[in-house]
Amino acid sequence: MPVEVRLPTVLRQHAGGLASVKANGETLEDVFGDLVRQFPGLAGQVVTEDGALHKFVNVYRNDDDVRYLDKLATQVSDGDVISILPAVAGG
Amino acid sequence: MALYASILDLIGNTPLVDVSQLSPNPSVRILAKLESQNPGGSVKDRVALAMVLEAEKDGTLVPGTGQVIVESSSGNTGIGLAMIAKVRGYTLKVVLPENVSEERKQLLSIWGAEIIPSPGSEGSNGAMRRAQDLAAEHDEWWFPFQYGNQANVKAHLEGTGPEIWRDCPEVTHLVAGLGTSGTLVGVGTFLKQQNPDVQVWAIEPPAGEMVDGLKNFDEGFVPPIFDDNDGSDLLDRKMIVRPRESLEWTRRLIDVGVFAGISSGAVLAGAHRCATEVDDAVIVVVLPDGGWKYLSTGAWTDDLDEVVERAKRTMYF
Repeated sequence: MPVEVRLPTVLRQHAGGLASVKANGETLEDVFGDLVRQFPGLAGQVVTEDGALHKFVNVYRNDDDVRYLDKLATQVSDGDVISILPAVAGG
Repeated sequence: MALYASILDLIGNTPLVDVSQLSPNPSVRILAKLESQNPGGSVKDRVALAMVLEAEKDGTLVPGTGQVIVESSSGNTGIGLAMIAKVRGYTLKVVLPENVSEERKQLLSIWGAEIIPSPGSEGSNGAMRRAQDLAAEHDEWWFPFQYGNQANVKAHLEGTGPEIWRDCPEVTHLVAGLGTSGTLVGVGTFLKQQNPDVQVWAIEPPAGEMVDGLKNFDEGFVPPIFDDNDGSDLLDRKMIVRPRESLEWTRRLIDVGVFAGISSGAVLAGAHRCATEVDDAVIVVVLPDGGWKYLSTGAWTDDLDEVVERAKRTMYF
């Protein structure tokens, strides 16, 4: 199912400068797999070689942090927006 | 009691106010803890005081000596520390991102703090790195490091959390903002110790979009107090609330008479989402500060579209 993936500034260089790309999958793992097929430079940037989310990366499905849903097994539906953002503090 | 020996004795014991009129679900109550009632005007008075008292207890700080404290802050922690430094006799230097509201800068100056500006494009992470560098260069300066200081958590574990439980043991959900993670980790841990069924929801701004100082993800940052206290096991949900929704809810709070800051609007927006997903719940939200420090942003008076654009460039968490 096609979803929109929004990329942070630091990743756009690996995706031809694009801020937003389309990718397919039933789960986030599929979506990121599809993303790397389209843009091999993104390999290892969001999902580590061990298959986990990079520590300093937050991934959101429609603004919900997927670490508190089902992580990479989180289901996605047609039209969902997946946002990738670096971890930043406040205070 | 109405007579206090020191302004610092007024920190904590903030009121919990029923704002259920804003709930979209008649079976869900929303109660707001008004941290604006602290003397420095925000929840960070608690954190600043806890960190200073801890340092005085172990002898790192000696009151009245004018010792230098250096800290990085998006404003409120700095303001709390400035007030306390003035009363306890220390010198405060605050590394502050340039893109915070004018009032935050003025308040720091009023209490005698020196502001060391850091690039707005680097956000809190950049300010923190600068403060770390300065602390490393000056051995004699004390760097509280709110992101890694357990007293930050303790202030909420022993203060904010027990106050909420005392005033509302029926609480089913805690919704609060995620900055240093101190409020969520401290209050969340305490409430779950009392009742493991309490759900903890974290709200954050889409700050990562604003910060372009990061060259790669390895420059991202997870506060050590979040990891040290198993924050990721504690949270049940974590979600982004964008500036438009934050501002809309900051304005809606006025309908129940509550004049609060923009991050409070974000937290209310999160509580509203929560209330649409659950039934028979009592949501407690922690509203970090009042509206005074954001008047110059036009948050209540200007055209919403314009204020949203401005808010995207301003740090309000």
